[in-house]
Amino acid sequence: MGRYLGRKILIYGLTFFLAVTIDWLIPRFMPGDPVTNMLARVSVNSDAAAVMYDYYSHIFGLDVPVWQQYINFWVSLFHGDLGKSAYLFPTPVVQVLLRAVPYDLFLLLPSILLSWYAGNHFGAFAARSKWLDSTASPISYILTATPYMWLGILLAWFFGIVLDAFPVAGAYSFSLRPDWSWVFILDVLHHWFLPFVSLFLVGFGGWAIGMRNMIIYELEADYSRYLEALGAPRKLIRKYAFRNGLLPQITGLALQLGVVVAGALVTEVVFSYPGIGYLLLAGIQNQDYFLIQGCFLFIITGVLLANFAIDLIYVVVDPRTRLGLMGETA
Amino acid sequence: MRKFVLTALSVFVVASLILSGCATPTPQTIIQTVEVPKEVKVVETKEVVVEKEVQVTPVPPKSYPRNETLYVSGAAWGPVSTWNPYQPGSLANATGIIGNVYELLFVYDPLSDKMTPWLAEEGTWSDPNTYEVTLRSGLTWSDGQPLTAADVKFTFELGQKYAAMWFANMWRYLTGVEAVDDTHVVFTFNDPLYQEFENNLYNIPIVPEHLWKDRAEEEITVGANEKPVGSGAYMYETHAEDRNVWVRNENWWGIDMFGKPAPKYIVDIRTSSNNVALGMVVKGELDMSNNFLPGVAELANKDYVQTYYAQAPYMLSANTAVLFLNTTKAPMNDAAFRRALAFAIDTPSIVNVAYAQLVAPASPTGLLPTLGKYVDEDQVARLGFTFDTAKAKQLLAAAGYRDTDGDGFVEAPDGSKIELRVTCPTGWTDWMAAIDIISTSAQAAGINIKDETPDYGAWNTELQGGTFDMTLNNWANMSNTPWTLYNLLFNHPIKEQMQSGNFGRYENQEMFDLVDALARVPMSDEAGMIEATSKIQELMLTEMPMIPLWYNGLWSQFSTAAWTGWPSEEASSPTLPTTWSGYWQLGGLNTLINLKPVTP
Repeated sequence: MGRYLGRKILIYGLTFFLAVTIDWLIPRFMPGDPVTNMLARVSVNSDAAAVMYDYYSHIFGLDVPVWQQYINFWVSLFHGDLGKSAYLFPTPVVQVLLRAVPYDLFLLLPSILLSWYAGNHFGAFAARSKWLDSTASPISYILTATPYMWLGILLAWFFGIVLDAFPVAGAYSFSLRPDWSWVFILDVLHHWFLPFVSLFLVGFGGWAIGMRNMIIYELEADYSRYLEALGAPRKLIRKYAFRNGLLPQITGLALQLGVVVAGALVTEVVFSYPGIGYLLLAGIQNQDYFLIQGCFLFIITGVLLANFAIDLIYVVVDPRTRLGLMGETA
Repeated sequence: MRKFVLTALSVFVVASLILSGCATPTPQTIIQTVEVPKEVKVVETKEVVVEKEVQVTPVPPKSYPRNETLYVSGAAWGPVSTWNPYQPGSLANATGIIGNVYELLFVYDPLSDKMTPWLAEEGTWSDPNTYEVTLRSGLTWSDGQPLTAADVKFTFELGQKYAAMWFANMWRYLTGVEAVDDTHVVFTFNDPLYQEFENNLYNIPIVPEHLWKDRAEEEITVGANEKPVGSGAYMYETHAEDRNVWVRNENWWGIDMFGKPAPKYIVDIRTSSNNVALGMVVKGELDMSNNFLPGVAELANKDYVQTYYAQAPYMLSANTAVLFLNTTKAPMNDAAFRRALAFAIDTPSIVNVAYAQLVAPASPTGLLPTLGKYVDEDQVARLGFTFDTAKAKQLLAAAGYRDTDGDGFVEAPDGSKIELRVTCPTGWTDWMAAIDIISTSAQAAGINIKDETPDYGAWNTELQGGTFDMTLNNWANMSNTPWTLYNLLFNHPIKEQMQSGNFGRYENQEMFDLVDALARVPMSDEAGMIEATSKIQELMLTEMPMIPLWYNGLWSQFSTAAWTGWPSEEASSPTLPTTWSGYWQLGGLNTLINLKPVTP
């Protein structure tokens, strides 16, 4: 077990190093630089513009050779400093991210977990009945193939504009100040609902189909047939099938949770909902090296942690992994 | 273990279900719950009416009453991140920080072409090298301290101390600023650029010395300046990811002088897309949207929204969209080719099709309608251009551009093929439609131009580095002087990177001298300005180093659901209906003073 963990940690460490290096490199391959974009529109004569350009390059640490920028990047990373955002100058990137992440978690965690839970159970349930299968599956397929954006716009239009039952922009009313009153909390939930539903529905369709297919596959597997031949009750067989079918779904869930902070870009744009997705888009459009790096760092860390978590969880939920480990250590 | 996971999950699910159950109240229930504290508050205010004036720090309200709050959008393109009035690049500037919080010596109203003394009571040139400003008496900062000549001196001297300040350059010709007494400031010059200086008079925000003098250089040049203390009609209230809120300064010195701005709160909303702004303004949740909303003409005709003009072009003209030509490349280095191209471009279609009449075609001089008196109509009649494909073909042929290989497009006089690109940033849909029309109409005249839309960053790099063929740009705002436009068009000297103008690197010392000569004409010498501008126009129209095409609009659509009294062409003294950074000092505050709540 110790050797298994050690090897995993080494691999993850190496992956982290490479991924972060690529994360550092990619924005710098893009044409343009943050200072040029920042100072666009400053109407001064060209001598003064050159002075300002140098000044801001220095502020961002872009006036030293590239290799040195790379080393500086790692040094400050371990100090917890991701630099200053150029798009949201002069806010430190860490602060920008910390402000945005709660919105992502609040929106995505419930929608991913709930759609996973509900989707799996519904899928398993649908696989049981022919009638349900032939009606629910196509709906699920349509749902999962729906672009988030389209569903989002549709929801915003119908519930926001036509029925006027839900707001279409912001995380809470523009007329409120955040505080811990019921008015405010209800208002936050009211704004949260439509983006949540759009994410939930699309996710729900995907999980339901996955589970339905898994159940059908598992019910055809040898162990199911054997159980059936032994005369085991159908309920028991289904229970086993569900457990087995759940394994790949757990992997999928973990991966989704890993990208949780970046997962809702289009939804955030459609509903004008604050979060990292929108920042990432803006960062890329503005050549904001530091903001892009910061957003991707969150995503990289998230994916790696999620993968690591699956490795650990599998040891618990999948006896085959446990047996393999024992064989290895023996 | 499995059971534990499932239990944990179901606990979460139940919790989330409860939350989502709460999330579906009908709007009525919410409105009801809002109303309760409101009623309570009415009682409160009745009771403390006497104490109201004593109260210095009001308790922030939990919600903003609709009839006291103005909701605006279109100025902020990202979460507000800086309240520093000297931060160049206005991406994440808080709108109104210049003008409503930090004030200026003068404001300029482009619609009446008048400089109005603001912090200043008057300003005069006592001799060609001395400018004297008298401040109003009784000016105060929002923390109660007096605003004096020392603050003005301190502000201008920031440019002398720190080269990174955008107005540092002024100290080439400014030799000193003296505070004679509390209300008198004297500027002394050596060979002053009058046009630039008087433009700066309404663009350099005055900051409080007592709060800024101990700040380090970086704090002044690039600090975020959170919780700003200014002298203006509004003060910082709060901000979040998608909004910045200003609250009226009830003790503003200008209330007796100019009137009280009607909205107690201004909520500036960052919308993630124009569609969101459109939805909100139609629903009456947004009072004024300064976003570009294609098709808004249709909505204005059906009275969903109001615009400055009831008919086309609906919007005021804010700046000139200019087609910059890279004069370091053939054939754009040939004036005859550039002139022919000017005739080939179908500007009427850009106005009518790409913009659906939301804009107006530009004068060939590029000068905005507000600067119309500087347009030399004789020069325009003699040298101006209009869309005329036949004339373009004829000019091309006369200059030796002929189709020698029969592919339908002309070749250069030396026989080399001509293949050019016209660009604008991707996603700027109006400009994308415009360059499509530019390339199509140029092709019809036999010039092979293709339109391309690189990323904003790539476009900017090409623009400032001078590697483009031809591209659109509009970086000169409304101004009190034509010099602002020429400073963009003929920015000099030519450097490797051209950040603030003359992107096509048009190098002509004669032109640079003419622009510098204009900069040296005193603002009071209108005849001198007209004469200097006329010379520039003649050379510009002959040489055609860039082609002014249309006026981009001061995009603005407003709702009368909560506020009336919006600026329109019918108003007796209209003001600018905008929240854009850089426009508050053009009299934007008067717009707020003129507003009236629908339900008082």
